[in-house]
Amino acid sequence: MSNEWPLWEIFIRGQHGMSHRHVGSLHAADEAGAIKNARDVYTRRNEGVSIWVVEARNITASSPSDKGPMYEPSESKVYRHPTFFDIPDDVGAM
Amino acid sequence: MDPYFEFLCRMGDNTLILGHRVSEWCGHAPVIEEDIALANTALDLIGQTQMWLGLAAEVEGKGRTADDLAMLRDAWDFRSALLVEQPNGDFGQTLMRQFLFDAWHLEMLKGLTQSCEPRVAEIAAKAVKEVQYHVERSSETVIGLGDGTEVSHAKMQAALNLLWPFAGELCTPDAVDDAMHAKGIAPDLTTIRTAYDTHIESVMAEATLTIPDSRFAHKGGKSGFQHSEHLGHILTQMQWLQRAYPGATW
Repeated sequence: MSNEWPLWEIFIRGQHGMSHRHVGSLHAADEAGAIKNARDVYTRRNEGVSIWVVEARNITASSPSDKGPMYEPSESKVYRHPTFFDIPDDVGAM
Repeated sequence: MDPYFEFLCRMGDNTLILGHRVSEWCGHAPVIEEDIALANTALDLIGQTQMWLGLAAEVEGKGRTADDLAMLRDAWDFRSALLVEQPNGDFGQTLMRQFLFDAWHLEMLKGLTQSCEPRVAEIAAKAVKEVQYHVERSSETVIGLGDGTEVSHAKMQAALNLLWPFAGELCTPDAVDDAMHAKGIAPDLTTIRTAYDTHIESVMAEATLTIPDSRFAHKGGKSGFQHSEHLGHILTQMQWLQRAYPGATW
C-alpha cells in the first residue's frame, strides 16, 4: 500500500467569464484538503476566483504512442480551418 | 503602562511569536503541501504583527516603530500568551497549538471588528479573513488526525493534554482587558470564552479527543510577569541580527 496521499489535478479560473485552466498537481488526503492545498499553492497572488480539483486517477488520457493515427491525418487538411471564408466586416469579432 | 498600548502589544506579540514558531517548520513539514500552508500561515501572522505593532508604536508616541518593538524589546516586555511560545513538538502538536490559538483569535477578531477605535476595527476586519481560513485548516487537521489511526489519535490526545492548560490564559480577563472592554475598544473576554468553549468542544468531539477535566490555566504571558523559558530562546534567534548589526536593512 502506498503511504502517499492521492494526486490531484488543479484547475483555476483566473477571472469571471474565463474557463478553468490546468495549473498543476498536488497531493492531499481528500477533496476538501485538495482545495485547501490548491489555495495555498496556487492562489496566493490573487490568481483565481474559482478552483476545481480532480483526482488524477479519474482522468483518462490519450496515449502518446497513438499520436500517428490520432493527430497526423489532420496535418495535411488545412482546408478544415474556417479561414477560407470571407467574413463581412459587419459581423464583428468572431 | 498605557492599557491601550499594552493591549495592542498583546495582539501583535501573539501573532509575532506564533508566526515565528510556525515559520520554524519551513522546509521541515511532513509533506510539501503542508510546508507551504504552514509558511503561508506564518506570513499572514507576521503581516498582522506589522499592523498591530505599527499601531502600538504610534499610540506609544515615543518614536519607536513596529520593527523596534519586535526586534529590540526583551522577554519581560513581550505581552504574548504562554500558548504561542510553546515548542512545536511534532506536527500534530503544532496543529493542536494552532487550533487552540486560531479558535480564540477568530472570536477575538470578530469582536474587534466592532471596536470603537476605527484603526483597531480596520486591522481586525483585514485579519479576520485570514484567520477564518487558518481555523478551517487547523480544525480539520485536528479532526483528521484525532479521528485517524491509533497512533495519530494518541499523539493528538497527548498534545491536547499538554497544551490545554495554556489555552485558558487567552480567555481570562485581567485589568487591561477590563479597561479595553469598558472603553469599547475590545470585546468582553468572558463572552469570547463561551464561544471559544463551544467551538473547541464541537471540534474535539468530532476529533474523538477528550478535553482535560480542568480549568487550570497557566498565566504570566500576556502580563509579561512570567514567560516560560522558551520565549528567551525564540528572541535569541529572532533578534540576533538586529542586536548584532543594529539598523541593518536589506
